[in-house]
Amino acid sequence: MNILYALFVDPWVQMGQAPDLLVQTLWEGLVSGVLYALIALGFVLIFKASGVFNFAQGIMVVFSALTLVGLHEMGVPAFLALGLAVAVMFVLAVAVERVVLRPLVNQPDIILFMATFGITYVLIGLGELIFGGNPKRMIADELYLPKGAIDLKILGGFVSLQKIDIAAAVIAAVMIAALAFFFQKTRIGRALRAVADSHKAALSVGISLNQIWAIVWFTAGIVALVTGIMWGARSEVSFSLQVIALKALPVLILGGFTSVPGAIVGGLIIGIGEKLGEFYWGPLVGGGIESWLAYGIALAFLLFRPQGLFGEKIIERI
Amino acid sequence: MTKRKAGVARRVLAAAALLGATALGSAATIGQAAAQEGIYVPLFTYRTGPFAGSGIPIADGMRDYLTMLNERDGGIGGVKIVLDECETGYDTKKGLECYDAVKGKKPVVVNPWSTGITLPLIPKASVDKIPILSMAYGLSASARGDIFPWVFNPPDTYWDGLGIILRYIGQQEGGLEKLKGKKIGYIYFDGGFGKEPIPLFEQLAKDFGFDLKLYPVAPGDMQNQSSQWLSVRRDRPDFMVMYGWGAMNPTAIKEAAKINYPMEKFVSIWWPGEDDIRGTDGAKGFKMINWHGIGTDYPALKDIQKFVVDKGLSKANKDKVGELLYNRGVYNSLLIAEGIAQAQKITGKKAVDGADVRRGLENLNLDEARLKELGLAGFTGTLKLTCDNHNGHRPAFIQQWDGAKWVKITDPIEPMPDKVKPLLDAAAQDYAEKNPGWPKRSEPCDKAS
Repeated sequence: MNILYALFVDPWVQMGQAPDLLVQTLWEGLVSGVLYALIALGFVLIFKASGVFNFAQGIMVVFSALTLVGLHEMGVPAFLALGLAVAVMFVLAVAVERVVLRPLVNQPDIILFMATFGITYVLIGLGELIFGGNPKRMIADELYLPKGAIDLKILGGFVSLQKIDIAAAVIAAVMIAALAFFFQKTRIGRALRAVADSHKAALSVGISLNQIWAIVWFTAGIVALVTGIMWGARSEVSFSLQVIALKALPVLILGGFTSVPGAIVGGLIIGIGEKLGEFYWGPLVGGGIESWLAYGIALAFLLFRPQGLFGEKIIERI
Repeated sequence: MTKRKAGVARRVLAAAALLGATALGSAATIGQAAAQEGIYVPLFTYRTGPFAGSGIPIADGMRDYLTMLNERDGGIGGVKIVLDECETGYDTKKGLECYDAVKGKKPVVVNPWSTGITLPLIPKASVDKIPILSMAYGLSASARGDIFPWVFNPPDTYWDGLGIILRYIGQQEGGLEKLKGKKIGYIYFDGGFGKEPIPLFEQLAKDFGFDLKLYPVAPGDMQNQSSQWLSVRRDRPDFMVMYGWGAMNPTAIKEAAKINYPMEKFVSIWWPGEDDIRGTDGAKGFKMINWHGIGTDYPALKDIQKFVVDKGLSKANKDKVGELLYNRGVYNSLLIAEGIAQAQKITGKKAVDGADVRRGLENLNLDEARLKELGLAGFTGTLKLTCDNHNGHRPAFIQQWDGAKWVKITDPIEPMPDKVKPLLDAAAQDYAEKNPGWPKRSEPCDKAS
């Protein structure tokens, strides 16, 4: 009986008794969710264009942020370092297209997937070789990212909003809107959608697969850089950030591998769901449920929508 | 795009791949340097991966002290130390691979530098005749030399660390009995290391009547702790205790500052370093245990600068020499060197082996005179190990971050032997019983120990 009360009644009582904590939990979940969505977006972009699940997306987050702070440590001014980090991600995108994707075109998807493992280890090695393995402080001040918090005295308590988190949410929203515009309204965006629908059909109307792949990997690189800056500012830039990228997996399961809106909504559901779960139900089992709860939420959704929230339902007639 | 250009691009990435592979495989390459002559001391380090922030300064300190002995004194007792780093990435599997790679080269001691790696090595130590030095980490119960003759974990176990922290908290409250009814939170790395003190913590919660709140941090969520700190904000513990490592430490300090947790009530075990806290707004007042000096104002540290750093033989940045975790590495190598020196003294041999160094460690006696002789007077407290006591259970002090540096704020505080010893004895017996065939100690004790 006590267990049933603790499971089904007490969390709601707690939410009612301390609404400020509920709002704070929702806010923390929202911020995490936005950042998960950004990581997932990187996966979705590449999967849509090339059918490749890019295992290297996590290390791209680390590598891009490491390039930024590493160059700054070497004496490069912050905004020049930012520009150079963007340039490095462009070079990386072109290199991946030329050296990995192009020679492996028409190979089974699993081969391309394994190739992204190779890219991961190359980037880990390169990052450590050039910038060292030690964690670095994100140059948030130098990039004029806000710091400090806004404390709102509401609901009989207070809700603290970190300015960097607000910035992360705003930047992520702007980025998502820009990407949506890019894909819906520009010629390249339409070409990318055509490639996503059918490589052969796209080729037949003169769309260059190679160009599209390079653009998509570059876009994923930019998304990775923004994610790295935001996560890095919340903690530090270290190789453990690549582990956080795995949080995008349940987001993708939930949102579907091919849907940009799915990545966003999935990210928010996972972010908010895991924070609420850890905060209100975690203590029942000694805490620490956040690391697997996200998968639980995603799998529960899959029971009802196997294609994910926004994924395409594929019916193949035989 | 021409074929030639594509070929160039391919070669560039191939070169990059080679560089990456070189970085990953550097440890293996270094590992080829077998001990041809001299005393072979492998150093298990992690300069890469999620825990490199803690691993790099420790690796530098360990390496530089032993290199200094080679450069200044020609080694130990006239025999060069052959150093060999093996990169574990703080990964148990890789650590075991490192062990397999070095054990054929007759190492005189192994430093796993991970509780997770230490645990599976414990049963191997007596078989391979290679002593394990797990300095202030690993299995707390291995302090019992009569049951674990090949394992050493000075100067304190994680249980001692907890005892010291609780004594300090007791001092702040006006006595341990005043902890009754208080709430103490424990945020910890949800792995072998962080779980190690929980049985003692739970026992002490019963004994002193405080309420213990646990906040585990999964390895994958080291940089994603907002849930745990929201729970701290809800539970409002009177004190917070942390056992963290790698990226967990700086994130926890930032999150604590974010929820305005009073830093003077946040006390950590001995692992955060300066890089974990420097530049963090609101971190002033954070506390931790320590048992050795910081800085380079000791003759031995000056010699490291002179014989190693200035000669370009160190991997450390000059400004990192003397920082907290660097000096922790120095302390670790001090124990290695003293174990070897004692082994030479006891056996009369110059080229000692693992069995000799086990005896050396068992007879280790770092008294004031010896520390002065080594150029480390005032660097750390005395330490004497014996046949039965492989730890020392030494007092340690509390230091506080003043916004720019660590400041020692207490005299050394004793652990809680009355509370810890019964549990430690029981855990050691339990270990022996649960491992069928666990050998009874057959190694004789030297008279001195």
